[in-house]
Amino acid sequence: MTDTPKAPREPPVSPHLMTGGFGSPLLWRWHITMWTSILHRATGVALYVGGLIAAVWAVALAAGPERYADFKALMGSLPGKVVMFGLTLCIFYHLANGVRHLVWDTGHGLDVKSANASAVVVFAFAAAATLAIWGLAAMTGAV
Amino acid sequence: MVSYRTPLGRARGLGSAKHGALTWVSERVSSIALIPLVIWLVYGVIRLAAGDYGFAVEWVHDPLNATLCVLTFAIAFSHMHAGMRVVVEDYIHKALSKSALLILNLFVCGLAGALAIFSILKVALGAASLGGV
Repeated sequence: MTDTPKAPREPPVSPHLMTGGFGSPLLWRWHITMWTSILHRATGVALYVGGLIAAVWAVALAAGPERYADFKALMGSLPGKVVMFGLTLCIFYHLANGVRHLVWDTGHGLDVKSANASAVVVFAFAAAATLAIWGLAAMTGAV
Repeated sequence: MVSYRTPLGRARGLGSAKHGALTWVSERVSSIALIPLVIWLVYGVIRLAAGDYGFAVEWVHDPLNATLCVLTFAIAFSHMHAGMRVVVEDYIHKALSKSALLILNLFVCGLAGALAIFSILKVALGAASLGGV
């Protein structure tokens, strides 16, 4: 037992809770591959709703001109167009990232550098394809 | 010939029952099938959005469009069911809630898919009620 008072020491913490300055985590940080993984699932769930909307389209078409006009008016409204734009982004993202997963299933492109690069390609494709399709839709009078 | 080996002894070393990969394979096969179908679908949706009811009926009357529509609905709803099933299995751990959601997922996909496909077939095969199209 010593008489000299000691300053209380910081208790040891898990490396994953250590901060590297300004409160930023030392070991854990967001990677682009985390975003692609999370977004694949999120867009899949969104497209589940999109699939149900497509089923409503088919049922409305079979129900006749009045029901079909109601459906077209709903999807042609501003909220309807916002939903359709979001679904376009989702479908092209899920499509491109799905192809990325299929390539991974063959055992290719699994290293960190390739996975990061393909993630950027997937985001770029989703954005470019969505803009191209909506441009095409605007030119053909669909929007 | 009578075997004196126990069932466990016979099964040991033979690996899995060879059925475990079925879910994994069907997810991949449906994904591959959906690549061309989705590209066709996006183009179709643009044309349908620009057209009216008459155009949509005419579009579904085309045998190729009707066939691809039915295939897209069937494969997409199967793919949706498989995907949502994984989401439920990953996040819901209470046995009753999990079972209820898995059954709900199956019934929603089954009902919506059946309604969509029946509707497409009704329009594709029904020529009388169209008024000149």
